[in-house]
Amino acid sequence: MTEKRLRILVVLGMIALVELLCRTGIIPYTVMMSPIQMTGEMVRVLASGQFSADIVTSFANIAIATVVSILLGFVLGLIIYAMPGVRRALEPLLASYYAVPTFVFYPIFVTLFGVGSASIISIAVLLAVVSMITATLNGLDRIPRVLRKTGQIYRMSRVQTALLIELPAALPYLFTGVKLSVAYSFIGVIASEFILSGAGIGYAIAFAYNLFENGDMYGLMLLVLVVVTIVNTALNMIDRRLQARRQR
Amino acid sequence: MSAASSGAKVVPLSPQSPAREVHAQLRGVTRVFQLPTSTLHALGPIDLDLAKGEFFSVVGPSGCGKSTLLDILAGLSAPQSGTATFEGKPVSGVPDGVGVVFQEDASFPWLNVRDNVAFGLRRAGVDAAEIARRVDYAVGFMGLKDFASSYPAQLSGGMRQRVCIARTLVMQPRLILLDEPFGALDQQTRLLMGDELLRLWRETSATVLLITHALDEAAMLSDRVGVMSTRPGTFIDFVETGWERDRDSRVVSTPHFGDITARLWEKLRVEAMKIMASGKD
Repeated sequence: MTEKRLRILVVLGMIALVELLCRTGIIPYTVMMSPIQMTGEMVRVLASGQFSADIVTSFANIAIATVVSILLGFVLGLIIYAMPGVRRALEPLLASYYAVPTFVFYPIFVTLFGVGSASIISIAVLLAVVSMITATLNGLDRIPRVLRKTGQIYRMSRVQTALLIELPAALPYLFTGVKLSVAYSFIGVIASEFILSGAGIGYAIAFAYNLFENGDMYGLMLLVLVVVTIVNTALNMIDRRLQARRQR
Repeated sequence: MSAASSGAKVVPLSPQSPAREVHAQLRGVTRVFQLPTSTLHALGPIDLDLAKGEFFSVVGPSGCGKSTLLDILAGLSAPQSGTATFEGKPVSGVPDGVGVVFQEDASFPWLNVRDNVAFGLRRAGVDAAEIARRVDYAVGFMGLKDFASSYPAQLSGGMRQRVCIARTLVMQPRLILLDEPFGALDQQTRLLMGDELLRLWRETSATVLLITHALDEAAMLSDRVGVMSTRPGTFIDFVETGWERDRDSRVVSTPHFGDITARLWEKLRVEAMKIMASGKD
C-alpha cells in the first residue's frame, strides 16, 4: 500500500470513527455533530446564501493578505539580501519572530484602523510576511554561483540575469514562502475575525457558537476546512513539480 | 592509434609562441585578491599564447590559479596587471565568440534539454528556424536526442554536462574555455566525454583551453599542456604531445601516452610536494 493511500485511509478511518461515536451517542449532539450531518449543514449554509457576505468578506481578506504578504515579503527579502550588514543584525530577530504571539498587537491595529478588514488584513500580513522574507533570503542564497556566471557568459544585463536566471532558480524556495503566506493568511484572517470583526466566517462561527446554532457553526467550520484542504492540495501539487526540478 | 603512427614525441620546454596564428594571448597577467586581513597573490605573472585551433590544457596543483586564469581569458575577471587579448582585441567583459563550460552543473533546472541548449541563441535574438537547426544539430551531436524534452533533474551528471557543452556548442564559439568540465564524473564517463570533446574540437575548429586536475585527461586530449606552479601560479613547463588531430581515447594504451603523463607528473610532483610540505590545501 502506498503512503498516500495509507494517509487517506487513516483520515477516512478517523472520520468514520467520529461518525460512529456521534451516531451511538457517545459524543452527544450538543457537543459535536456527526461528519455526515456537518456536510449537510455546510451544503445548507452555502445554498441558503445566509452567510454569503461573510464568506466573500473572509476570502477577500485572505486573498488581499496573501498578495500583500508575498509582495511585501519578497521586496523586503530583496532589500535585506542586498544589505549584508542589515541582514546580520536582523537574522536573529527573523529566526525568533514566530515565538511572538502576533495577536497581542490587536489593540494597536484596532486603534489605528478600527474594527474591520484593515485591522484583520494587517494582523494576517504581520503573521505571514516574515515567512516570505525568510523564503526569499533562502532562495537567493541557494542560487548556484555558476548560474550567475553563465548569465555573464551570455552577456546578460543585471536585470536580465535577475529575471531570466535568478528568479526561476530561486522559485522553488520562493514558493515555499508563498505556501506559508497562504496558510498564515488563513489563520490570521479567520482567527482575527473572532475578536476584531462584525463580519466574516470567523465572526459568523463565533456568533453561531454564542447562540448555540450548532448547524451554522459546524457547517461554516467544515467549509473552512474544505477550502483550506483544496487550496493546500493545489499548492502542494505545484510545489512538488517545482521541487522535482530542483533535484540536481 | 599508436605513438609510432602518430609520430609523436615528447619535446623539451617549448616556446610559448606557437608557429601558428595567435588566437588568444596573456602577457604579464597577475591577479591579486584582497582578503579581509591579508592579500592573496593568486596568479602570475603569466605569459601564454594560444594558437588558432589549438587544444591546450592547463594542469597544476590545487589553488594555483588555473580557474583564475580561465576567468581572466573569459572576461569574467580583470587582471591586476598585464593584458589579455582575444583575436587581437583586449579582453574587457566576455568577448563575442568565447564559450565557457564550468565544472559545476550549470544547466538550468527549470528548462528542458532543448530549451537549455537554445537559451543563449534566444538571448542573442537568433531567428527561430536557425535556433531549431542549431539546437537539433547540437542535441544530436551530444547524444541527447532521446532526452530533448527531459529536465536536468532526470539526467545523470554526465548527461547534464553534455547539455552544458551543447549549450556552448550552439553559440559556435571560436574559443572554448573548459574549467574542469569532467571533474565530477567517473573515469569511464570522463574518457568517453573526452572523445566527444575531441570530436567537437575537430568539427568546429575552435581553439580550446582545458583546465584539469587529471594528467591523463590533459595528455590524451591536448596538442600542448602547460604545467603550473604552486600559488602564485606561473607556467613551469610546456609539453607538446604531438598527437594527430584525428585521435581518440585509445591513445591511452600507447607508450607515448605514458611518456607524456610521466613528464607532466615529474614537474607536478615537485609542486604537489611543496604544498604538502607547507600544509596548504
